[in-house]
Amino acid sequence: MIRALVQKEMRSFFASPLAWVILAVASLILAWIFLLQVDLFLRVMPRLALYPHAVGVTTLVAMPLLRSATIILLLLTPLLTMRLLSEERRQKTLDLLYSSPVRVTEIVLGKYFGVLGFLGALLALIALMPLSLELGTHLDWGLLAAGILGLALVMAAFAAAGLYLSSLTEQPTLAAISTFGLLLFLWIISWAARGQGPGSHILRYVSLLNHFSAFMRGEVKVSDILYYLLFIGLFLTLTIRRLDADRLEH
Amino acid sequence: MIIIHPLQIRAEHSAREPGLFPSKCSCPSAMENRAMAETLIEAENLTRYYGARAAIQDVSLTLRRGEILGFLGLNGAGKSTTLRILSGALAPSTGRIAIAGIDLLNAPREAKRKLGFLPEHPPLYPELTVSEYLLFCARIHGIPLKKARTAVGLAQEKTHLTEMSRRLIRNLSKGFQQRVGLAQAILHEPEVLLLDEPSVGLDPAQIQGIRDLIRTLGTEHSVIFSSHLLAEVQSLSSRVVIIHEGRLVLSQELTVLDARRASSAHRIGLRHPPELPVLEALDGVMHVSAQSDGLYRIEHADLPDFAERLLREAVRRDWAPFALSPERANLEEIFLSLTRGGESIDPPRGARP
Repeated sequence: MIRALVQKEMRSFFASPLAWVILAVASLILAWIFLLQVDLFLRVMPRLALYPHAVGVTTLVAMPLLRSATIILLLLTPLLTMRLLSEERRQKTLDLLYSSPVRVTEIVLGKYFGVLGFLGALLALIALMPLSLELGTHLDWGLLAAGILGLALVMAAFAAAGLYLSSLTEQPTLAAISTFGLLLFLWIISWAARGQGPGSHILRYVSLLNHFSAFMRGEVKVSDILYYLLFIGLFLTLTIRRLDADRLEH
Repeated sequence: MIIIHPLQIRAEHSAREPGLFPSKCSCPSAMENRAMAETLIEAENLTRYYGARAAIQDVSLTLRRGEILGFLGLNGAGKSTTLRILSGALAPSTGRIAIAGIDLLNAPREAKRKLGFLPEHPPLYPELTVSEYLLFCARIHGIPLKKARTAVGLAQEKTHLTEMSRRLIRNLSKGFQQRVGLAQAILHEPEVLLLDEPSVGLDPAQIQGIRDLIRTLGTEHSVIFSSHLLAEVQSLSSRVVIIHEGRLVLSQELTVLDARRASSAHRIGLRHPPELPVLEALDGVMHVSAQSDGLYRIEHADLPDFAERLLREAVRRDWAPFALSPERANLEEIFLSLTRGGESIDPPRGARP
């Protein structure tokens, strides 16, 4: 049953021009950034050869690309998730799901995995760019894998937050703006924690950016993965509770 | 010369036409036997609050297999709320619902398998084609993929959508969209069908189609449909429930309502009327009141051939009858008297004194 829900969600995504435009815009901008990085690398390469332990192409091309990808996704994911549940509310299709023998958890997971499927396609497109470098040079596979894993987790976290905010309103625009606001806030919250003031470690822990940076350095830590999983779990639970509340008295 | 209002004749004729009251016309004992065996919906004391306001209060319903229940009420009376609660889309604040013997609140998955629901706004995804949408609906009702395809084909046939199956729902007219909604509700062959205003937005031909469909479905399943068209309820349902301000004010077999109507009055127009006492002395007459233009309202006992005898008598005595029409307390009058703040005929349990 959950498979039917995921499939329907994917079909709805790919049937809408919005999804294709998002894929196109993301690919175009990231391809441009990728080219700039490759160009930069080609210019500094002769000088790098002078140092024995110089950084390689993965650090200079792939990692900046993935870092830029998070910013692009910060802008695009809200547009992708905004309609997930608000559209169901607006078109009054939730009654169909509520009156059929599926659990609210299944509805939410179906939506979530549906959007993850789409984001997975986007991630594959992004990952293909640095991977294509392997044709001409050697990549640091460990570092690249860490970066891609980090990006995947960030995307999954964005989507979970977007799904929740989409469940709160009938208006997709409202969902998109609030998602963008929330994600950006959580991204930059650690800016306040540059110093060693009281509570700054809490701000650092909450920040989405802080945990992602570790992946960018090639450090894959269980604590960082756990942070993203908790983040996702929290927002999915909130979404389930929100939909449950629809049926109950309020 | 005798002129009997042509309209009246047609009305009476159609009311007696077989097929318009399928459940009444089928053998009563057989129907009752089957009905006794299975209660498909049993709802007790449903109450639902929105904040401090009660949308429905103490609504109790039972529906047996083969029954079609017409659900009447003014806008905002609580029809949609009740249907949404019965469908499981809304939880009642208090009360109990059993669908085919399965408790909807304790075992929602099992109970909902036996339910088909067409909400007030057909729940459609405009970006899907008709068959994609129906396939999705079949699968979330737990029908395996292979069987789902045949079920979709069947439902499309029943609702005359086969030619539309590859069209995007977005591009369909309101009437077709309504039919897609209906196809969705009957797809998994539910025991209980809940239809919230199924004929809204349809043209007369489509309305006829939907009514025929409901009638067919009503023989094997049980159907609750809400409507604000009294004629529709009268022609389709075997039982009528009227809800007003969140409370059931009437729940009765249509046959009982018909019987109540039978013993009423006739209106006769006479060009050369006799004195009132002469009319009152006629066999079976209980009360006569003179109205304008030679019209008389005659209340009489429930005799099957009263009208014929009255007419024969009027011709024989040269009263020159020019009009004769039965006067019946029809559903509309009952409905209006109940919803105009009148007394409830059949107060439900726990109603406010």
